[in-house]
Amino acid sequence: MHEVILSVGIDIGTSTTQLIFSRLTIENRASSYTVPQICIVDKEVFYRSKIYFTPLKSATEIDADAVKKIVRDEYRMAEKQPKDLQTGAVIITGETARKQNANEVLGALSDLAGDFVVATAGPDLESVLSARGAGTDALSKRERTTIANIDIGGGTSNIALYEKGTIRGTSCLDIGGRLIKVQDGKITYIFPKIQRLAKEHGITVNVGDRADVNDLMQVSRLMADQLAQALHLAPADQMHNSLYTNDGKPLPETPAVCGVTYSGGVADCVYGTDEKEVFQYGDIGVLLGRAIRENKALNRVQRYDALETIRATVVGAGTHATTVSGSTIRYDEKTLPLKNVPVLRVSEEDEASLEMLKSSIRSQLPLYQPEGAMEQIAIAFEGKKRTSFAEIQELAAAIIESAKEVIESQYPLIVVVENDIGKVLGNALNVMLNNHKNVICIDSIRASSGDYIDIGEPVAGGQVLPVVIKTLIFNS
Amino acid sequence: MDEKNLRAIIEQVLAEMNVSADVDKVAEACASTSAQVESGEISDITTIDIRKQYLVKNPEHGEEYAELKAAAPCRLGIGKAGARYNTLPQLEFRAAHSAAQDAVFNDVDMDFVESQGLFAVQTQCDSKDTYLTRPDLGRKLSPEAVETLKEKVKMNPTVQIYVSDGLSSAAVSANIADLLPAIMQGLKSYNIDVGTPFFVKYGRVGVMDEISELTGATVTCTLIGERPGLITAESMSAYITYKGTVGMPEARRTVVSNIHRSGTIPAEAGAHIAEIIKIMLEKKASGTDLKL
Repeated sequence: MHEVILSVGIDIGTSTTQLIFSRLTIENRASSYTVPQICIVDKEVFYRSKIYFTPLKSATEIDADAVKKIVRDEYRMAEKQPKDLQTGAVIITGETARKQNANEVLGALSDLAGDFVVATAGPDLESVLSARGAGTDALSKRERTTIANIDIGGGTSNIALYEKGTIRGTSCLDIGGRLIKVQDGKITYIFPKIQRLAKEHGITVNVGDRADVNDLMQVSRLMADQLAQALHLAPADQMHNSLYTNDGKPLPETPAVCGVTYSGGVADCVYGTDEKEVFQYGDIGVLLGRAIRENKALNRVQRYDALETIRATVVGAGTHATTVSGSTIRYDEKTLPLKNVPVLRVSEEDEASLEMLKSSIRSQLPLYQPEGAMEQIAIAFEGKKRTSFAEIQELAAAIIESAKEVIESQYPLIVVVENDIGKVLGNALNVMLNNHKNVICIDSIRASSGDYIDIGEPVAGGQVLPVVIKTLIFNS
Repeated sequence: MDEKNLRAIIEQVLAEMNVSADVDKVAEACASTSAQVESGEISDITTIDIRKQYLVKNPEHGEEYAELKAAAPCRLGIGKAGARYNTLPQLEFRAAHSAAQDAVFNDVDMDFVESQGLFAVQTQCDSKDTYLTRPDLGRKLSPEAVETLKEKVKMNPTVQIYVSDGLSSAAVSANIADLLPAIMQGLKSYNIDVGTPFFVKYGRVGVMDEISELTGATVTCTLIGERPGLITAESMSAYITYKGTVGMPEARRTVVSNIHRSGTIPAEAGAHIAEIIKIMLEKKASGTDLKL
C-alpha cells in the first residue's frame, strides 16, 4: 500500500505571504499478517510560490481580496485545482493574526483552498510549525541534543524548543524585523514596546527621526539580548517579561538549550554575510540579523543551519500540520470532513474513575453551549488504563451517559483517544446506541483542551483519517 | 527428601566412590545446609521489562543503545562474563523458555472455557504427545466432536467463530475474555449473524476447514494460540477463511497475528477482525485473493 496525498500550506505573515504544495506519502508499515500501521512516511515540497509582501488595507486590516488573488494566481501557476488538495493548512501568523478581519480572511481562503484545507493560527502552533519546517525537530533527534528554533519574522519571534526530537516548550516574543520601519532615511513606524525597550536603555527613537544606523543597531542589539534571555542564555532583565506576545509565557528552564537554528525572514540576515544596504528592506531586519549573529550570549551555544529560513512556517504548515489517525478506528463516512471542532478534554486525573470522567464531561459541556444549544464538540482523553473489553464497555456507557446532550443533538458523537482502543470503543458506542447515532471514534491522536480538530475524508483505502490539531486559534 | 533417604544416597555414593567416611556426619551436614532457610524474597525475574534492561558495563554510547533497545524486546546489550551470559540474563532466558514450554504442554483450564460460555470438543488427538507428533490428527475432529457439533451448533451461520489451544494454552486464557466478545460486538454492530462459538482441544489450524464444511458457515474464524517464543508465550492468531473446504490451498487463509497485551491488544484486535470479516463477506474472498 502506497498512497500520495497533496497538501497545501499558506502562510499570511506580518510581512510576507507565501504558499507551497507538497506530497505526503502514506504507507502501511506493518506486515500483511498484523493489524495495519499506516503512517506518513515521506514529505516532499514540490511547488514554492514567490514571496509576496502581505497586502494590507490599513494597519489594522488585511486586504482579503488581494490575498485571494495571490492564492488563486499561485494555484494557476502550479496547475492545481482546489479539488486536487486533500489536506493542508492556512495560517495567519504573527502580528497579522491580530488584525481585525483575520478570521474573515481565513474563512474566504478556506473555501478557495480545497475541501479539506483548514484555517489556523496562534503563536504556539506557529512556533511548532516553523521549527518543524526548519528541520529543528529532526536535527535535535539526529544530534541527540536540545535545540531551539527562533523564527524571526516581521513582527514576532516564535521559539520552539526540541530535545532529541520531542517538543519541550514554545514561546513568542514581540521581536521582529519590521517593528521599526524606515523609508527614505527616516523612521516611519515603531512598535510601542520596542520604543519603550530603547527608552529604558537611554536610546530615544521616534517616528519621523532620521534613521541613524548606530542608534538602530543599538536597538537591534537590545532586541537580540531579549532573545538570548528568552533562551535562558542571559539573565532576564526587568523589561523581559513584557516582551512576550499577548502576555505569553517564557520557555521552561530545563532542558537547557545546547544549540539554536534560525528561521523566518530575518534568519537570512543572521546566516548571510553580504549586506548591500542596511535598510534595503525598509526595516531593521538586516541590523537585527547582524545583532543576533554577533550576540555573545547566543553564540555560547552551537548555531546550526536551518533546512528552511524564510519559508519555514509555510513549509511547516503545508507538510507538518497533517497527521493521520490510528489505523483501527470507527467512523461514519457521510459525516466527514469535519472542520474546526472544539475539543473537550478529560484530564488524566479525571480519567482515574468513571464517576470523575462523567462529571468532568458534564461540567465542561455547558462551555460548548453558548446559546443554550449544543455545538459540535469532540471529547478527548488518554484512555490508557482501560484496555480490557469489560472496561471499554464501562467507558462507552459512561461517555453515553454523560454526553447526553451531544447524543441528542444533530451532530455526530466524536471521541478522540490517544491509546489504541478506537475501534473497539467505537463499536461499543455504536452497539449501545443501537446504531442510531453517527459515531466517530479515532485513536492515536492527542488533543488538548482549547484545541480545535479537523478530521478529513478517509485515505489509505478507508483505513485512516487525516487529522489536523490546531492549538489556540488567536491567542487572545 | 527426608533424612533417611538422604542418608541412603550418601552411603551409596560413598560406597561407589570407594571412600570411607562418617556417613552420619556428612548426612547431618547436608541436612543442616539444606534446612537453612533464608528470609526475604527473590524478586520475580519474569517481571523485568527487557526493553528497559541494559546491562553493559562502561558502555561508550550507553544512552543511545538503551534508547534503541527500548524500541524492541530483544536480548541485546545484556553484558557478558567472558564468553558467557551473565547470571541474570541466563535465568531470564530460561524463565522465558519455561513459560514457552508450559504454554505448549499445559491444557487450557476447562473452567475457564466454560466461563467464556463455550463448550469443548476434541480433535482425533488423545493427548499432547499425539497432538505434537501427529499434526494430521490435529486437523480432524473426533467422531464424538462431529456428533456434539451437529447437535449443539446453529447450522449455516454467516460466521462461525471458535477458539482452539493450538500451541499455546496460555494464549487462550490470556486473550479470549477480551478478544472473543470484541469480535462478537463488532459483528453485531455490522448486523452480521454469528453461529455458536465453542472450543476445540488439540486443534491445528487446518481443522477449521472441516468445521466450515460441517457447519456450512460462509466465513470461519479460529482464534488459536501461536507457537510461543521467548518474547511472549501468550500470543494468539486469528485465521479466517471465506467458504473454506478441506484440502484448499493455505493461501486462502487471512491471518491476524501478534494478538497479546504487548502486541495488538486483544480488544482492539477483535474489533479489527470483525471488520475483516465484514470486508470478506462483501468481497467474497479470503487470503491472498482478498486485498485489505
